[in-house]
Amino acid sequence: MLLKDEVGMLQRVPLFSGIEPTKLKLLAFTSDRVSYSAGQILFRQGDEGDAAYVILSGTADILVDSDSGPIKVAELAPNSIVGEIAILCNSTRTATVKAACPLEALRIRKDHFLRLMKEFPEMTIEMVRVLADRLNHTTADLIDARSAK
Amino acid sequence: MEPSLARYIWTHTKRQQVWILLIVVLSMIPYFLSFDLPKLIVNGPIQGRGFEQPGATRPFMKLHYDLPFIGEVQFFSGFQLDRTATLFALSVVFLLLVIINGLFKLYINTYKGRLGERMLRRIRFDLVDRVLRFPPVYFKRVKSAEVATMVKDEVEPLGGFIGDAFVQPVLLGGQALTAMLFIMVQNLWLGMIAVVIVVIQIVLIPRMRRRLIVLGRERQLTARALSGRVGEIVDGIGAVHVHDTSNYERADIAARLGHIFKIRFDLYQWKFMVKFLNNILAQLTPFLFYMIGGYLVIQGRLDVGQLVAVISAYKDLPGPMKELIDWDQARQDVQVKYQQVVEQFTVVDLIAPRIGALTIDDPDPMTNPLSAISLSIADDGGAMLLDRISFQVKPGETVALVSTATGGAEALAEAFARLNWPHSGRVASGADDLLELPEAVTGRRISYASSDVFLFQASLRDNLLYGLKHAPLTSVPYDGAAADQHRWNIHEARRSGNPDLDIHSDWISYASAGATGPHDLFEAVRRVLDAVVLSRDILDLGLRSSADLTRHTELARRIVELRAALRTRLEHEGLSGLVVPFEPGAYNKEATIGQNLLFGAAAGPELADRALAANPYFASVLRQDGLDRTLYEMGMEIARQAIELFADLPPDHQFFQQLAFMSAEEIPAYETLLQRLKNRPYEAVSENDRAMIVTLSFAYIEPRHRFGLLSDELMSKIVAARNRFYENLPPELQNAVERYDPAKYIAAATVMDNVLFGRVGNNHPDAPDRIRSIVYDILDELGLYAEVLDVGLDFNVGSGGRRLTGGQRQKLDVARALLKRPDFLILNRPLSALDQRMQDKVLRNVLEEARRDGHSQAIVWVVTNPAMAMMFDRVIVFDSGQLVEDGTHETLLAGNGIFKELVS
Repeated sequence: MLLKDEVGMLQRVPLFSGIEPTKLKLLAFTSDRVSYSAGQILFRQGDEGDAAYVILSGTADILVDSDSGPIKVAELAPNSIVGEIAILCNSTRTATVKAACPLEALRIRKDHFLRLMKEFPEMTIEMVRVLADRLNHTTADLIDARSAK
Repeated sequence: MEPSLARYIWTHTKRQQVWILLIVVLSMIPYFLSFDLPKLIVNGPIQGRGFEQPGATRPFMKLHYDLPFIGEVQFFSGFQLDRTATLFALSVVFLLLVIINGLFKLYINTYKGRLGERMLRRIRFDLVDRVLRFPPVYFKRVKSAEVATMVKDEVEPLGGFIGDAFVQPVLLGGQALTAMLFIMVQNLWLGMIAVVIVVIQIVLIPRMRRRLIVLGRERQLTARALSGRVGEIVDGIGAVHVHDTSNYERADIAARLGHIFKIRFDLYQWKFMVKFLNNILAQLTPFLFYMIGGYLVIQGRLDVGQLVAVISAYKDLPGPMKELIDWDQARQDVQVKYQQVVEQFTVVDLIAPRIGALTIDDPDPMTNPLSAISLSIADDGGAMLLDRISFQVKPGETVALVSTATGGAEALAEAFARLNWPHSGRVASGADDLLELPEAVTGRRISYASSDVFLFQASLRDNLLYGLKHAPLTSVPYDGAAADQHRWNIHEARRSGNPDLDIHSDWISYASAGATGPHDLFEAVRRVLDAVVLSRDILDLGLRSSADLTRHTELARRIVELRAALRTRLEHEGLSGLVVPFEPGAYNKEATIGQNLLFGAAAGPELADRALAANPYFASVLRQDGLDRTLYEMGMEIARQAIELFADLPPDHQFFQQLAFMSAEEIPAYETLLQRLKNRPYEAVSENDRAMIVTLSFAYIEPRHRFGLLSDELMSKIVAARNRFYENLPPELQNAVERYDPAKYIAAATVMDNVLFGRVGNNHPDAPDRIRSIVYDILDELGLYAEVLDVGLDFNVGSGGRRLTGGQRQKLDVARALLKRPDFLILNRPLSALDQRMQDKVLRNVLEEARRDGHSQAIVWVVTNPAMAMMFDRVIVFDSGQLVEDGTHETLLAGNGIFKELVS
């Protein structure tokens, strides 16, 4: 897959949809193209967060450790971004991400990612929107869970 | 040291000084003879005196003089020669005398020069010898750069002076006296004039020069302080940057330089003033000669020949006079310098020479306990670190010293290592005071390592083995020119009072390390490196460096086997994709285009990096297939894309790290280049511009940069060009490149690159780590682990060991102490830079290593964490300079003392 195809993929990621293509190309160029075989770990829960990943092809499972072993909490489809929370909060990874099938991804390093956010307010706003959206969902889930008790 | 320079010189060189004096006196004879000749030539054959009758002859070489008080002296009655023959004969004699005088001068100067150099060597050695014998406390107060500048620069002028110390005044004084005497003989009154002026010079000039000496001393002290400060800035550069004090340092240096400038300028002003006066005085004499002498000639009371002889003799007077006065100044100057240096090197409590005397045979083991007897140690300010401590460490015992912050255990460890001398009381081995034992005993039977590590700028191996180099153990056979050189070295060393120990001898005491020779020393080294958990780090260093193939032949011999083992292993684990191997007939997608073209490691500058695109032969190879044009167009495309991507970014942007083929500074240059070349046909582009553009293509890796520029056709063309390149490689490039050959070791590449013999895939983020651990395994399986570890031991640790981390330095220091297998191992918070887990691990290993082969070393370990004390036979607790508890770990824990408090 070439740079220009990657730009096409990135444009489909909601987070980057507001950014002009030349900047996306720069982002793609400065990111590492990484490939994983099925079962390989992108990162583990508890690791230091040093990069975010945009899935280009293939799918990955998000696993959270529990007393009864890892539980799959979600699945990542192509064009989704993962691992950005640990970068933003300077925290460790909150979950493990494992390739479910052969997977291609763009690995965006932490300092590059933060620099992008500084330089492209559109992206930051989009980021906030996505996070707020997630929070909404989480709150709704929480209310459901509480009322179900 | 001898405080008077003159006496120092006389003591060491009296025989040579007397000899050279004799030669100088001897040289006076032809010198004196040469004065008389001009007069003889002018008055005799030229003016014709004594040849009034045609065919008249005069005696030649009849030497007789009217000397005052002695009367007429005749040396030789002479041959009879006519006027012309006399002229030629006298002229030839003149020429001969010139040559003889010249030869004398040559011999004297050479002899003096050698004498001076020998003495300089002696002084410098004496000074360094004293540094080696200074008591430890001295080094707390002195800056190393100042000591270095004293040894190197400040005594330098002494060398030039020493040859002249006695010879110069005699020679010049003799010359001046001769000239003076000659003038007197010719005419008493003219002589008296010269004498008066000379006396004025001798009295006045040295008086004026006194100030010069004062200034000279100041210049020396300020210059020394400057080099001390510069040394401090270099050593403390971290502190300077951390605190933003670089401008404070600039101000300090500028102020010092200003002060030095002022002193030096004052010096110059005075110097030239004195010179001016001296010259005026010297010129006054001929003025008087011309006036008074000329008057006397006109009056007929003096003949012209006499006046000419006086004036020509006088020409020889100011020279020696001036030099004599200069000599006197140099004498005072170097005397001051010498005194300044000697003062600095005169220290009380100098370690006696017998303590550090060379001892070839290893001393007997120390079987007596090491004891502190009523030992007190004070710090520099006089505060007591230890107050009347008494206790004993028995041979074979392991003791943990646990200390509160003011406990003083560290001072005790230093006292055991002789690094801190008692204020009162003593440290003893049996009945002997430790300070009275030769270092040959303490330095071989006691080991010491602390958190404050010093490493020399040498290889890891040299640093590790440093603790074994006590004495030259082998005599090196020399033959031919080397033998002559060696004999000369020894002769000269003795002449200068230097020791003639051979630095090329094998100094390593293998027996100390439990080895029998160089072949099995490595086993011992590896054991101690394993014990301090440093082997892995050194192995990594080995993998990252290029091996010296004269030493590591095994590696080169088995490289094919190694490469095959790696391939098999990768395949076996399903990881073949991680490394794309170099294959002579195939394009390697994970390598750059340049690497694919060259397909070898550049061993010289001709084909390295950017020079490759500009190399004419390489360019000609590319041209054959039109590849040059393809790569040019490709380079243009890369430049376009890169500029499009990066042009608006500020130069310090992190993204530039990712742009391998262009630096941020080069972007504007490529931007203008691109503008300029945009519509120009390829043929019209200059060689330089082409190289600039093609260089970009050379750095291109498709899977990494992903511009989509590499086609199958291009790849096969590149492989073809690679083969063409090697087919006709011109002889001057034969040594500039080592072709990748699956069956050969590449000397110019690192060990890791040699094992991989390929490129690690760009899109496997954890590939380097996985491959490294596989390589470790394979090295172990094939028995090449030790070989690569040995390559790592060649690593140069840098100034003060700064190329290693703090933890690595401390581990190396402990390894060095262990390697010696001492009777007493003193470890003073040795691993403070490591985390507790690692400290515990090393502690366990060291205790085990100390007990290996039935050895029983005593270990005294000042622990950083009281919990570590658990592993020792005995625990001693210090608080406020007092020994407060002493017992086994269990008894102390059972008690209710400080130790229990410290542990909890």
